[in-house]
Amino acid sequence: MKASPVLLLIALLAVSTAVRAADIIGTITLKGTPPAEIPITPLMDNPDCAAMHKTTPTTHFYVVGPNGELADVVVLLKGVTGKSTGATAPPVVLDQKGCLYEPQILAIQTGQKLVVKNSDQCIHNVHCMPTVAGNDEHNDAQMPGGADLTYTFPQPEMFLKFKCDVHPWMFAWVSIIDSPYYCVSGPDGKFVIKNVPPGKYTVEADHRKLGSQTQDVEVKDGNVTANFTFEVK
Amino acid sequence: MSANAQNYNSWLHRFIVVTAVATFLLLGLGGLVTSHEAGMSVPDWPTSYGYNMFALPIKFWRGGAFFEHTHRLLASAVGLLTTMLAVWLWFRDSRNWMRWLGVLAFVLVALQGVLGGLRVTLHMDNLGIVHGALAQLFFVLICVLALFTSRWWKNSVAAVCDRRSNSETSTAVADRRCSNLRWLVLFTTLLIFGQLILGATMRHQHAGLAIPDFPLAYGKIWPDTGAFAVARYNADRIEVISVNPITAFEIELQMVHRIMALAVFILVAAAAWLSWKQLGGKNPLAKLAFFWLALVVVQILLGAATIWTNKAADVATAHVLVGALSLATGALWCAAALRRLEPMSRIEPAGTISGAFGAHPALAANK
Repeated sequence: MKASPVLLLIALLAVSTAVRAADIIGTITLKGTPPAEIPITPLMDNPDCAAMHKTTPTTHFYVVGPNGELADVVVLLKGVTGKSTGATAPPVVLDQKGCLYEPQILAIQTGQKLVVKNSDQCIHNVHCMPTVAGNDEHNDAQMPGGADLTYTFPQPEMFLKFKCDVHPWMFAWVSIIDSPYYCVSGPDGKFVIKNVPPGKYTVEADHRKLGSQTQDVEVKDGNVTANFTFEVK
Repeated sequence: MSANAQNYNSWLHRFIVVTAVATFLLLGLGGLVTSHEAGMSVPDWPTSYGYNMFALPIKFWRGGAFFEHTHRLLASAVGLLTTMLAVWLWFRDSRNWMRWLGVLAFVLVALQGVLGGLRVTLHMDNLGIVHGALAQLFFVLICVLALFTSRWWKNSVAAVCDRRSNSETSTAVADRRCSNLRWLVLFTTLLIFGQLILGATMRHQHAGLAIPDFPLAYGKIWPDTGAFAVARYNADRIEVISVNPITAFEIELQMVHRIMALAVFILVAAAAWLSWKQLGGKNPLAKLAFFWLALVVVQILLGAATIWTNKAADVATAHVLVGALSLATGALWCAAALRRLEPMSRIEPAGTISGAFGAHPALAANK
């Protein structure tokens, strides 16, 4: 059977796009000395939680490497919306371990499942507090060994807060992006936004404490680099 | 025998005092709930984690849930006491206005229970502000009921309002001084209530300390609340508890709270001074006014301590409780003045006064 010329054309276009899609990569660094992290002493005052730690954990708002590499920065393509593949993407896990959320900063797509686990032997309540209309507030008790809780959020929102009111030092920040083009920088400060179609974009880097920066890039036929430097003022 | 003497029942009075003490403790527990950011730690109501509230296993009384759950239990007890009180007043007190005050107390405590529950189930933080403010009003009502059923109220005699009055002071002048003092205390009491609402609003922003220093604010007399400055405050703050970011509104709210505290201090000091001058140092109302002033001084120190201790939960809660006592003291002064202070023009030659609270003897001059 002869292949339809239309189908051939579509296949050719798809292949050429796939070949031309590239990654946006970069490193995020911090200049200056951030405020010192402080011990989470209320955690050690709670017998249930203290039993799970040998030393007092500290806050970690500024996770900085030896050469200033800055972790926990959410990097996304600003203004790119309506491209979410969240409905079919695998769920992302947010765990409660040692009376702390792990990870503290994460990002998911709109419509993507966020599964909250309780790996502790004590009760937590999972309380998410969106500020964008359309994302619902939830507050659910989660018993030790209890069933996982699953949430989805239909609207994009940066740093939606999850907290536990039984243990008020527990909090996590979930950013909800309306496209698959995002990443959270790792401990080495690096990020990779994969398979970005050709075009001009504004890359946005958001840190919970340090604010937001943007950079314009153009994706043509190879990876594009966009480095960011945040500064403590 | 006057109507008041007929109504005196020492057991009823004691019961109301117990209810007032229980209410004060409940205010403290409620304060601890907010100070520990535990208001939502038990997501369901009227059940608790799916259990009947009175049957929650002890193993779940942990962390923030300990404060929230015990608050609910004590609230139930206060509700029961108030219901008994309302019924007792209705059937045993012949003063119509007292019966209806008892009904009002019942309505308020029921409303408080529902407000507290809805705040949790509807996730409405702002209801927490209404819940906190109404709690203060309820406490004032119970304190005033205790006053109206007291031996002091039964035996108290009216006194001339202005001891400086002499044959050269006209009745009109003396009456005006009396009236001015009452209005000053009433106005100051209302201002304290406004200050309490401000405080409740601040606490229910759940943003921690909007200003981390005192008496300055971010090192200045008036802090910078521009966007860059606020961003810097948030960047520099390392919070242990999951609080919201600071906003310019919250900083300005705290500054208004500080200014109002100064206004309250000045007005209460004026009330104390005028009470002493007009009534004499031995007059119970003058003594109460000085007690009021002492409370306000303690309250200001607690407010400062709340900031210096980075909003330590026990200090912040003590600040809430002394605020409640300050409000109740002002209200009690106003209520006691209804019985104790009379303008000269109302004192009849035979030395009696007729009024809404029944005829009672009057002193010709303050003793």
